[in-house]
Amino acid sequence: MSQLPHIPCLRKGQPYQSLDQIEIQGYSDQQTLATVSTVNAGIIRRDLKRIDDAKAALRAFTVEQLIQISAKAGEAFLNETLPLGDKGHQQSPEDYIKTLSSTSGLPHVMVRRNMQKIHHALTHMKTVLTGLTRGLDLSIIDRGYGEQFGTRISYFPTAKALGLVMPSNSPAVNSLWLPAIPLKTPVIIKPGREEPWTPYRLIQAFIKAGCPAEAFGFYPTDHEGAGVILQSCGRALIFGDKNTTAQYANNPGIQIHGPGFSKILIGEDQIDNWQDHLDLMVASIAENGGRSCINASAIIVPRHGQAIADALGQRLGPIEPTCPEDEGARLSGFANPKMAEYIDGAIDQDLGEPGAEDMTAKYRTGSRKVTFEGGTYLKPSIIYCDSMNHPLANREFLCPYASVVEVPQSKMLDAIGPSLVVTAITKDPAFTEELLESDLIERLNLGAIPTMKISWDQPHEGNMFEFLYKRRSIEREA
Amino acid sequence: MSNESVSNEAIEQASLQLDAHVQEIIKWHFSPDTGCSFWLDWASKAGWNPAEEIKGLDDLISKFPHFQDEWLRDLQPEVWVPKAFQGQPFNVFETGGTTGMPKQRIGWSDYKVDYSEFSEKISDEHFPRNHYWLMMGPTGPRRLRLAIEHLANVRGCSCYFIDLDPRFVKKVIADKQFDVARSYMDHVVDQAVTILKHRQVSAVFTTPKLLEALSEKLDLWDAGIRGVFCGGTTMDPQYTRFLVEEVLENRIGFYPTYGNTLMGLAASVPIGPEDNYSISYYAPQPRAVLRVVDPKETSQVMDYGQWGRVELTTLTKEFFMPRFLERDEAIRKQPRAPYPWDGVAEVRPFGAMEKKIVEGVY
Repeated sequence: MSQLPHIPCLRKGQPYQSLDQIEIQGYSDQQTLATVSTVNAGIIRRDLKRIDDAKAALRAFTVEQLIQISAKAGEAFLNETLPLGDKGHQQSPEDYIKTLSSTSGLPHVMVRRNMQKIHHALTHMKTVLTGLTRGLDLSIIDRGYGEQFGTRISYFPTAKALGLVMPSNSPAVNSLWLPAIPLKTPVIIKPGREEPWTPYRLIQAFIKAGCPAEAFGFYPTDHEGAGVILQSCGRALIFGDKNTTAQYANNPGIQIHGPGFSKILIGEDQIDNWQDHLDLMVASIAENGGRSCINASAIIVPRHGQAIADALGQRLGPIEPTCPEDEGARLSGFANPKMAEYIDGAIDQDLGEPGAEDMTAKYRTGSRKVTFEGGTYLKPSIIYCDSMNHPLANREFLCPYASVVEVPQSKMLDAIGPSLVVTAITKDPAFTEELLESDLIERLNLGAIPTMKISWDQPHEGNMFEFLYKRRSIEREA
Repeated sequence: MSNESVSNEAIEQASLQLDAHVQEIIKWHFSPDTGCSFWLDWASKAGWNPAEEIKGLDDLISKFPHFQDEWLRDLQPEVWVPKAFQGQPFNVFETGGTTGMPKQRIGWSDYKVDYSEFSEKISDEHFPRNHYWLMMGPTGPRRLRLAIEHLANVRGCSCYFIDLDPRFVKKVIADKQFDVARSYMDHVVDQAVTILKHRQVSAVFTTPKLLEALSEKLDLWDAGIRGVFCGGTTMDPQYTRFLVEEVLENRIGFYPTYGNTLMGLAASVPIGPEDNYSISYYAPQPRAVLRVVDPKETSQVMDYGQWGRVELTTLTKEFFMPRFLERDEAIRKQPRAPYPWDGVAEVRPFGAMEKKIVEGVY
């Protein structure tokens, strides 16, 4: 067995060792943890031409059987030792946590939480699919047609595979593609450069659970290869900021997962009780290191903005980096220190625009960007903005960051812009009705519910079933 | 013969032959009876007489400066006509893919010499005689177009041509008009597909990217292709492996070449897994000499196995070009049969590690 693990490309589940390999290094000590094979776009194009047998391998199972396999995969992912690469290395759950932490900067406690989320999605796949299909008799997918709700129903797949161009910043986003397997759709994954670990481990868990290996394509590749995955699978997901995803904005075959711009809105009727909701605001801003698209990045209130911002600054400002093993760790390191530098610079630059104040500054020891035990961290930032027009009022960064802005309740929905999650703390029926009618909000939490709370029976960001299947009308001779 | 080493005697013999050739060519170009006006004028200003002082390659390297490519852009072509060729119409060839005034080289029959020699290095199994070829690549003012046709003719074959304008491709890629580049590439490849569907063709010359694109539109083996030679852009080892194993399915002969209008054609030694798909090219010495030099101290060659900048010296009676620094970098390779002189491997644009280079499909 060679000393370093080598993670191969998987071509319909078969390992392929490329002559082009990159090294994955720890973010703080630059220690090489594995080599990863990378492949050119042409290899992906050729494999996609022969993807039909991968689909056929999944079609040999019923959805119900694949739900059972998913559940076993969930247990294996969370609890078992699984193969890591093609050189005989094995990875225990603890190994996975340590390795992912050392390359992503996520503290162990957050990796564990992400693992739990993925485990939950896999072991509750029936619930997930019930939510996605709105209670469809899943055997209709097996047969292609059937009768339910007193009507004939037929669905057909929209894609030969689901393409995924994954990010490196948060392992739980892998839970988005998991329903594709019980929905009998092969996955073609380009992992994030620093995060091959989670998709590779998930694939190994599925295979161990009895899923056909052909269902999995794992292609560390370049920009051109990512383009092939996005354009050639039929359906694909891409993660990234506006610069990365803008070119796909009008492509119905590509689902964009960009910044969430998630928010907390407090209504006139509840604003005087804002102190009751401080814990909720802190959790929504800072859980998971502030890295999720469902972290709140703006608190919109009709009044008390300065006081709320100051209270949040007081709670979040003193947070310091800790060692990754610390169970109380709240900040994530940056795998790419230049990203931290960019964010720090962008916040400082826009603070130069009149009308914004860094409310964490006076509670923070030292600067926002710090180096700790070789890693680079950004401490939390709460920015009070005097208007939603300020450049910092509706921003999202890969760290605990939120603006606090005063906006009259009657103007809030005109001001928020597209928002992945909105937690609206109000009991006002008229405001509630306005919120329910808004087309800007993907997931609406009515009441004191953190933005980070998601429901597996309700998709908060695109519906994977509706993405991968389309209903057709059908008549069949009796 | 893929990994055969070369004896020291053979290397010594080749070196002596090269020195003799250098001496002969220098005498030719710096003699008023045979030389061209450019080099005779140059020598009159240089203050030394190359015809007397150059006894071999080492002298040439130590006494000549690097050839300036502006000379091929700014001067009229007649300054390069050796007196011995005066009155004979010449071909004007241009270099590949840059915009603006191109470098021009004139010539008479050098390309025929290079390609007739190259014909001996390709097998009849992969390039059957008395058949048909297809070239899909830059034709226009390039030496390559005539050279390929000559090579086909030497082997009793005729050649179909599909043109590709590399200057247009580079321009649209530099302007980030990737859709236009893709569309143009499709346009070129579609024409090749049409020829292959309607005519019997057994050999293809093209660029790596066009070869890959062609293979996505039809099965090359089923289309009758048995041999491919390929050049023009970078082929790193993994990409070469991809071409050999997947595009050509390990059954169509693959002959990578490295060359340009100024040098001619450097052939590659057979490649395979034992080489980790690293392609080594050997110049058509003594007519051209390739050295891998230290970019910061270009009089020094790099050690074997090290990256450096490619330096080309062309030594024919039609054209003398000392120490031209190519826009390429490569690994210096040891002599390898049948070539008892240094080779260059894994050629890529100079500075490729530091910056993104626009290569396009050519």
